[in-house]
Amino acid sequence: MPSLKDLRTSIRSVQSTQKITAAMKVVAASRLRRAQEQAEAARPYAQRMQRVLASLAARMAGMPGAPPLLVGTGGQATHLLVIATSDRGLAGGFNASILREARRRIRELESAGKRVMILTIGRKGRDGLRRDFGRLIHDSLTDVGRRQISFDEARNIAERLLVLFRGGSFDTCSIIYNRFRSAITQIVTVQQLIPFPVEAEAESAASGAATGVYEFEPSEEEILGELLPQNLAVQIYTALLENAASEQGARMTAMDNATRNAGDMIARLTLNYNRTRQAAITKELIEIISGAEALHAA
Amino acid sequence: MPEQVSFELVTPERMVLSEPVDMVVVPGVEGDFGVLPGHSLLISTIRPGTIAVYQGQSVTRRIFVVGGFAEVTPERCTVLADAAIPAEDLDRTAIEAELQVVRGNLPSLRERVARATGTDREQLLIELAALERDERVAQAKLQAVAELAGH
Repeated sequence: MPSLKDLRTSIRSVQSTQKITAAMKVVAASRLRRAQEQAEAARPYAQRMQRVLASLAARMAGMPGAPPLLVGTGGQATHLLVIATSDRGLAGGFNASILREARRRIRELESAGKRVMILTIGRKGRDGLRRDFGRLIHDSLTDVGRRQISFDEARNIAERLLVLFRGGSFDTCSIIYNRFRSAITQIVTVQQLIPFPVEAEAESAASGAATGVYEFEPSEEEILGELLPQNLAVQIYTALLENAASEQGARMTAMDNATRNAGDMIARLTLNYNRTRQAAITKELIEIISGAEALHAA
Repeated sequence: MPEQVSFELVTPERMVLSEPVDMVVVPGVEGDFGVLPGHSLLISTIRPGTIAVYQGQSVTRRIFVVGGFAEVTPERCTVLADAAIPAEDLDRTAIEAELQVVRGNLPSLRERVARATGTDREQLLIELAALERDERVAQAKLQAVAELAGH
């Protein structure tokens, strides 16, 4: 049986933990709101980009000399996985779910006889995969979007991929991140980046695309040559924004649970404390009374 | 035929402008082009320069854009720009200072690219591309400032 002092210490310790988790929850909630607004603001560009790309790519895909970013290199030997995680932990299952999917993918690709390259974004991704797959990690980026994700950061990552791609380091590329559904639900998503899958996109965007034949200035090839790298950056930007919102959502939920659990724990400990205190008082009373009784009887 | 063009200016980070306009002049890569209602279907890349928005005969807005794409249909004109700054917010001295810094850094970076190998080279090539882009943008900004002063 713990002493009264021990119980008091544990109650105080849980209380200060609760203060921290409650504060983290509030911070995560306000960051989540900002991240959601940012993701919302980025949507119009991505949609319109998709529309332009759809009307272009549909025509180019069949032609010889179509850009490799659209139709692939023809090879399938090496796959680059971009794994987007967070720099900080204490976000519930946020990083664990991404890493689980990443490991599954890597094993799947390797057992299919492909060479895998990894680019991690975020400290947790690097730390989580270094032990098992350290030999595959090509590079790790940390402190991406430390305060707020900017498009420039996404473009820098895209440039990095493009330099590797043009250098023939890999054939296909996809990104793993958490898509934001709500503060409670985030969906681990694997999205192919290179070659960019247009068919699926074209259909969804076709409704918005004007019918008719566009004129192109300069040529279709040149526009596509600029549009595809830009689209890569946009895809990465979108993924990073979704990931940021998911991270804050997951953290908010995790911290809410932690705060509630701490509350339960404090209630239990307090009950225990009061019982122990009462028991001690009763014991003392009995001692006094039996002492008095003994004197009386004598 | 519609009487106005619904003009949208979007950057990756946000929707900058969305309004019906009488005419808009866009800095296309092969020269400026004006968009009036009923324009033919067109997709064009744009160069760093100034977009002019017309209501009636007068320019109501001038916006400097860094580059990107324009999609034109008879009803609408959508500009997807990498970045957009209202032309009157451009500050000549700040841009000149920026250009000076960029130009100062270019030669040494080019030299380092020539010497580097492997992963370093990758990184440097990215930096060089970014710096060259900055130079082009700064030049276009200066031109935009000069144009604005002329109007």
